[in-house]
Amino acid sequence: MLMMKLAYRNIIGAGMRTWLNVAALSFAFVTIIFLKGVYNGMNDQVERATIDALYGGGQFWHERYDPYDPQSFVDAHGIIPEVLRPLIKQKAAVPILMRQGTIYPGGRFRNILLKGIDPQQKILAIPVSTLTDRDGTIPAMIGTRMAKHTGLHTNDCITVQWRTSHGTFDAREVMIVNIFKTTVQEIDNDQIWIPIDIMQKITELPDQATMIIINKESKIIPAAPGWNFKDLNFLLQDLHSLVEMKSMGGSIFYTILLLLAMLAIFDTQVLSIWHRRKEMGTLMALGMTRAQLVGLFTLEGSFHGILAALVGALYGIPLLSYVARNGWGLPQSTDNFGFALGDRIFPSYSLGLIIGTTILVLVITAIVSFLPTKKIASLKPTDALKGKMT
Amino acid sequence: MLMKPLCHSLCIIISLLSLHAQTVSGDDILMRVDRAMNSKTRIITSTMVIHGRRDSRTVESVSHQRGTNDAFTEYLAPAREKGTKMLKLNDMLWTYSPSADRTILISQHMLRQSVMGSDLSYEDMMEDPHLPNLYSAVVSSEDTVKERACWVLDLSAKKDDIAYYSRRVWIDKVRYIILREHLFAKSGKLLKTVDITDMINVQNRWTIKSALYKDVFKEGKGTEFYINSIRFDEVIPDHIFTKASLRR
Repeated sequence: MLMMKLAYRNIIGAGMRTWLNVAALSFAFVTIIFLKGVYNGMNDQVERATIDALYGGGQFWHERYDPYDPQSFVDAHGIIPEVLRPLIKQKAAVPILMRQGTIYPGGRFRNILLKGIDPQQKILAIPVSTLTDRDGTIPAMIGTRMAKHTGLHTNDCITVQWRTSHGTFDAREVMIVNIFKTTVQEIDNDQIWIPIDIMQKITELPDQATMIIINKESKIIPAAPGWNFKDLNFLLQDLHSLVEMKSMGGSIFYTILLLLAMLAIFDTQVLSIWHRRKEMGTLMALGMTRAQLVGLFTLEGSFHGILAALVGALYGIPLLSYVARNGWGLPQSTDNFGFALGDRIFPSYSLGLIIGTTILVLVITAIVSFLPTKKIASLKPTDALKGKMT
Repeated sequence: MLMKPLCHSLCIIISLLSLHAQTVSGDDILMRVDRAMNSKTRIITSTMVIHGRRDSRTVESVSHQRGTNDAFTEYLAPAREKGTKMLKLNDMLWTYSPSADRTILISQHMLRQSVMGSDLSYEDMMEDPHLPNLYSAVVSSEDTVKERACWVLDLSAKKDDIAYYSRRVWIDKVRYIILREHLFAKSGKLLKTVDITDMINVQNRWTIKSALYKDVFKEGKGTEFYINSIRFDEVIPDHIFTKASLRR
């Protein structure tokens, strides 16, 4: 306890030097927690949005379906397997049929993906219930990005051209009945959604689908021959890799920040030991062992970390809470990154993140505080009293 | 006095001819078109003017064709396309690009893409030109195109796997050449038009001199196609129709 009191008095007594170190270290503290929170929030946000709008509880892909090869969509369709029909009937799964098509907005050729979906489905957070027949024309729905790129508006009609299952050209007018806003680009860019029954009819693919999405609550996944089930671990693999990569990039920044703070503490410790030689000699003459002396200086250095945590909490908690509540606005161009981020990032700070970061910084501070005190181990009290270092 | 019976006879002949024209079946006309348009071999030097939204591009090529299944085309201009070659053997199409020094087999899906940005797809180029094999025809009316009397034939697909479900063709009554063609989607929507703008007589047979292809949904003037020279039934060595010739 005496050591604690002594160490506390010493660093408070150092005045401005201590508070500068504490300020630098607290800034590193808050920044690390903020950045990690941003990456966590980004991951959670994108994952949640993508699951809600696209992945559901996992997807059954037709064996020929390859999302990275649009040319594969021509052959990627098959009769909905019997084992999945009960799930579809119970609205626990939704089939989607995909086909490549062409539109000519303003006379310009544009390849699109025509997607058929059940307007009654509740599995995906897409407002497909608006896909109701209007005066015999095919009702269609597009995202805001697609609407922006094509100049289409609600109630506009556009001719869509596609191939039937036999390869014959077909073309019909579709009416845009709804333009929806989504953060998930995979359901928006160059895509037109129409009811699946119409889609199956016009493409001559009755009762067929390209993929079947199951809901998040489904626990039992039946095996369907000719269809490959892709779980969320598989579907979110790319997203996790991307966030991990971005997080790695961010960690370089806060490592530099932490190094600068540690450099300041190391420097303070070295100077402190040099300036307080006579004090060390006196303490040793009064009976303090070298180990206790090393402990005292290490404790003094570590107190910087504790004070930094307290100061950081003082301004960090309100600041980070405010950002977590209101989000961090993103520029318009972020929409082109391929992330389902939306307009704002809402950082997510878990207790584990805060405790983990605090422990990490305190341990590093303690190590950095200890390193310069090694000189004390060989210090002779007589030399120290004379102001010499042995 | 002599003129009256002569006029009378002429009227009877014209009536008989027109009666013959009305009774001739669409399929028969299509067969005659097929005979008039096809040859054993053809060597064609052509120019294609592709009109885009902002500018136009001119592509020159020489094509060797054997029957309806085999064709070898080499692009001569512009400089960027010069040396690009294409080989079609039955329903396979290879392309050779000199810049990449690679021969690529064009996949079935890619055949639906446009050729050099034109209004024609690879598939349009590769289609079996024997229309009687693909369509059954009925004479729907008569018309005049480029001051030439024509039959208007409505063609409907005989098979399921044909790109254009139906066509309307205007056929020159004398030369048995298609002067105009409309290609329709299964829903009946017009997709493409082809207008023959000029004809030429070569080796005692009438053939197309120039044509305009137009994708009706695309903005622009379409793609003009000019035949600079054409030779029929010339001997073309077999080695031309081999993959090795692409790299030569």
